Amino acid sequence: MNPFNFEKCGLTRRTLLGGAALGGATILSAPAWAGMVDLPLYGGGGERETTTSFPQKGEMILQRTRPPLLETPWETFDKGVFTPNDQFYVRWHWAGIPDSVNVDTFRLKVHGNVQQELSLSLSELIQKLPKIELAAVNQCSGNSRGFFNPRVPGAQWANGAMGNAKWTGVRLRDLLDSAGVKAGSVQVRFAGLEKPVIDGGPHFMKSLSIDHARDDDVIVAYAMNGEALPFLNGFPLRLIVPGWYATYWVKMLADIEVLDKPDDNFWTKKAYLIPDTPGANIKPGEKDVKMVPINRMVPRSFFTNLVSGAHIKASASNEVRGIAFGGDCGVAKVETSIDGGGNWQVAQLGPDEGKFGFRRWSTAITPSKVGDGVSVKVRCTNTNGEVQSDTPNWNPSGFMRNVIEVIDLVAA
Amino acid sequence: MQRFAQSLTILCAVTLLTGTADAKDAFDLKSESFDLPTGDRTFIGAGADPVNNNCLTCHSAEMVMVQPKLSKANWEGIVKKMINVYKAPVPDEDVGPIIEYLSNHPTAGR
Ligand code: HEC
Repeated sequence: MNPFNFEKCGLTRRTLLGGAALGGATILSAPAWAGMVDLPLYGGGGERETTTSFPQKGEMILQRTRPPLLETPWETFDKGVFTPNDQFYVRWHWAGIPDSVNVDTFRLKVHGNVQQELSLSLSELIQKLPKIELAAVNQCSGNSRGFFNPRVPGAQWANGAMGNAKWTGVRLRDLLDSAGVKAGSVQVRFAGLEKPVIDGGPHFMKSLSIDHARDDDVIVAYAMNGEALPFLNGFPLRLIVPGWYATYWVKMLADIEVLDKPDDNFWTKKAYLIPDTPGANIKPGEKDVKMVPINRMVPRSFFTNLVSGAHIKASASNEVRGIAFGGDCGVAKVETSIDGGGNWQVAQLGPDEGKFGFRRWSTAITPSKVGDGVSVKVRCTNTNGEVQSDTPNWNPSGFMRNVIEVIDLVAA
Repeated sequence: MQRFAQSLTILCAVTLLTGTADAKDAFDLKSESFDLPTGDRTFIGAGADPVNNNCLTCHSAEMVMVQPKLSKANWEGIVKKMINVYKAPVPDEDVGPIIEYLSNHPTAGR
């Protein structure tokens, strides 16, 4: 008997990621149970309920109810390069999420090593500072953790702990300049309204270097895809750090503190660390590795209209498409290979909606006869020349996965 | 290292925040309040009591339940982290049984 009671869900067989295959491909297997998905995690164990019981959210994959960990169903990514707000993934650390935010009394504080502390209302922030709009991918450091081999503890996500949105806000630099950053400042620390539920637990806070904080692209957003941020994605304000993992994108941002010495709070100094090695890659069990805070993202590309096992047409052209992003810069090219990585064909790219966002790619595949198996690989090279690797990385926290993705199709 | 002039910074302060509001840029935010679901799943089977008593305060059970098969040392590390870092109030006598329960039960990813 499984003491964790999954059998109550009536799962009898593995289903495709997120349910049905899309885009005209044959549907091999429908969800075994309405409201369940079976994420194809390494070694299994990917059965999850889906849920519609979270405010402002449509159907999401339930990884944890409290505090919420909600994964975006994979088929969402085939619909467009912008992830709809109501299916944008959700990740909180502490359950002390306020149950309401009053937009008239809410204040954003800027304080610490500054000439003049600020306490800004939302309307001051929105109306008095120049408006910036940019597209950027927000990706959890541990996105795809469930594919690690060997598996590692943490939220067992498939690939859906990411999303791309158009963010509207004001430059962090403009806020900092309004307060007047004093000489000797080294970092800027961010905290939201999220509170530990046990006294003495570490408040969730993250820091950026002062130079990074003054970057053109770092903004404090009040809108996401043209609407107020969903509550669970950080209403009313969220820090947007394009090109960097989502741990820095503090939600319900309420406190900006300029520091004159390096931040030593738990979440900055001890959590979210990666091995200081290429690709954050080490051997399982490797000891005495220098660890550094996770930082910029690396390029990735995915298939969105087909999943492994899908049937395509023999002697006909089949569209294979997906999304890619460059990480901390744009997408230079996306390539596919149908011979295991020997030869690569350049895929067509969709419109560039901003270098930090998702980019649509597509290609055509024509299997010669019925029964042919076609294994397709896809890889992205970013504008810095960095390309995805054919070997998966491994580290004990399950961070920064960006191995080349493969799907196995069958000509029918 | 300070990369910008202090006087400039203060000048900015004045121009930025006294700038006139541009009406077309107004973006209306409305106060929001929500109830979030809490998650009522509990650990079951022999030895589940100390886990239910100590591990559901800060987070619901689902994510713990779908951890891959982890070694006893792994689980010990996790439980110690909950206690030492996140300040989970776990009575000493429950620590061993919690680790025992979690490492003996088949979770996901076998
Ligand atoms: C004082 C609050 C608190 C209590 C009580 C608590 N946890 Fe946690 N737990 C956390 C926080 C905070 C995290 C990290 C943030 C997150 O996962 O969202 C976490 C994460 C985890 C994770 C994910 C892996 C990891 O290392 O981050 C597991 C597994 C876990 N807890 C198990 C347990 C177990 C088992 C117990 C009972 C002994 C327990 N927790 C009790 C606060 C707590």
